[in-house]
Amino acid sequence: MSINEIQDELIAEFSMLTDWVDKYEYLIQLGKDLPPIDPKYKTDDHLIKGCQSKVWLHAEYKDDGKMYFTADSDAIISKGLVSLVIRILSGHTPEEIAKAELYCIDQIGLKEHLSPTRSNGLVSMIKQMKLYAIAFQSQLKNA
Amino acid sequence: MAVNISSTISPFLLQQKPVSSYFPALQQQVYGQPLIYFDNAATTQKPKSVIDAIVRYYSTINSNVHRGVHYLSQQATEASEETRRRVARFIHARHAHEIIFTRGTTESINLVAYAYGKYALKPGDNVVISAMEHHSNIVPWQIACEDRGASLRVIPMNDRGELLIDELDHLLDERTRILAITWISNSLGTLNPIEEIIQKAHQFDIPVLIDAAQAAPHMPIDVQTIDCDFLVFSGHKMYGPTGIGILYGKEKWLEQMPPYQGGGEMIKSVRFEKTEYNDLPFKFEAGTPHIEGTVCLQAAIDFLESLPLHKAFAYEQQLLEYATQQMSQIPGLRIIGQAQHKASILSFIIENTHPYDVGVLLDKMGIAVRTGHHCTQPVMDFFGIPGTVRVSLAVYNTPSEIDRLVTCLDKAVSMLK
Repeated sequence: MSINEIQDELIAEFSMLTDWVDKYEYLIQLGKDLPPIDPKYKTDDHLIKGCQSKVWLHAEYKDDGKMYFTADSDAIISKGLVSLVIRILSGHTPEEIAKAELYCIDQIGLKEHLSPTRSNGLVSMIKQMKLYAIAFQSQLKNA
Repeated sequence: MAVNISSTISPFLLQQKPVSSYFPALQQQVYGQPLIYFDNAATTQKPKSVIDAIVRYYSTINSNVHRGVHYLSQQATEASEETRRRVARFIHARHAHEIIFTRGTTESINLVAYAYGKYALKPGDNVVISAMEHHSNIVPWQIACEDRGASLRVIPMNDRGELLIDELDHLLDERTRILAITWISNSLGTLNPIEEIIQKAHQFDIPVLIDAAQAAPHMPIDVQTIDCDFLVFSGHKMYGPTGIGILYGKEKWLEQMPPYQGGGEMIKSVRFEKTEYNDLPFKFEAGTPHIEGTVCLQAAIDFLESLPLHKAFAYEQQLLEYATQQMSQIPGLRIIGQAQHKASILSFIIENTHPYDVGVLLDKMGIAVRTGHHCTQPVMDFFGIPGTVRVSLAVYNTPSEIDRLVTCLDKAVSMLK
């Protein structure tokens, strides 16, 4: 599935959840379902800056030409948010990730997390993943 | 679950009306829920009288202060200087010129750390602060100590969040140049015995700075009775405008301290060879001040005095006690800061939850709290926690809002489990 197909799928999933409680319970469940990160990546180097909770993010470029992300957080809502973004962006090429437009966040009713001043750092998470993608892109060009 | 005893406390009334009815911002809904505002230690909402004063200022006397020959400038100058006299009376300062206007508590402390530091701190000297200071009462002193070759000493606390005052006997010595301490801890709520601390420091002739940012909105202050040497607070935390802060300093110290910033208004005469500084208080007020904030601070003081403050303090103490009782019954909830004497602030964590998660869910239910380290990272390190959820009370909060908080906390916890 393309990044936008995944986003549309998420929009459909969240549209079944009518009130905020259901949405947040689903987000919390996404957090709980997030596959664990390799403990060796839970270091300060892997922390995303700008989050009030700790969010660790690791990016890997595999032979299939795609990037894969793993993450963890000490706060479950942050973990749900990073899980959501991983579901959208993980398993795509650096180029696709770098140019992805995450329109679904607004549409699934988590708009309040998109404010750059919000301390949860959803914006920081997306930015960090894109930075990894751009870094791999330039590495590949120079290889 | 929680035993409801809220009926024994009635909301605070001002002229027979609930005090919250004077606050336009408290009448709104967020996410379709009536707003409950528990982030008062960060900033309070403003009564309509303060908002009206701001509109009136810009609609009438707006102009630059001092040296103005025209009518408006004289009116604005007079209004600003009237605020200085009001603030002096509000905290019982001996002289109006002992009141310096700043941008806020942080700038007031930076002013003292810089100017008093330049005047008094020498290599080998020391500055004493406490383990529960806001970063604003740590970092300026670290900078001053680094600049002057002095060292920083810290009064320790116990695990209830009470300072170990006896340690002062070891910490204070003939090389201590100043003791800077908070009256009420912004993250723990501890009400410190500052009079005892000031007395101990004065035995060594050590001046004391009191961070009253969390005290000024809640209790009457008499700087002559407590005999502090400096006292700092912010307008916006006491129902007043943002961007106006106060530094009270005893004349004898302010006279000796060099200026903090150079510019207009702080000078008597400027020549390229030598500038002669202005008298107090203007020596410390370079540049065009925050005139609107200064003038409208009077409306905030009017509001506080109309309560009056000692009654508000008694009410808020009841409310804090009620909140503590009710919240203690939430399974897994641990109150951070269990000092015997506390005021207005209740910090807590809940087992197996992150403060951030609790804060986000409360927000969705219309309850504004603050989460995180509250600019007191050393306090969080001491308790070995990433942060707390902080409920900070003001006079417009009510027992039924506490009940709603408890219900919403139950709901948040069940969602997070």
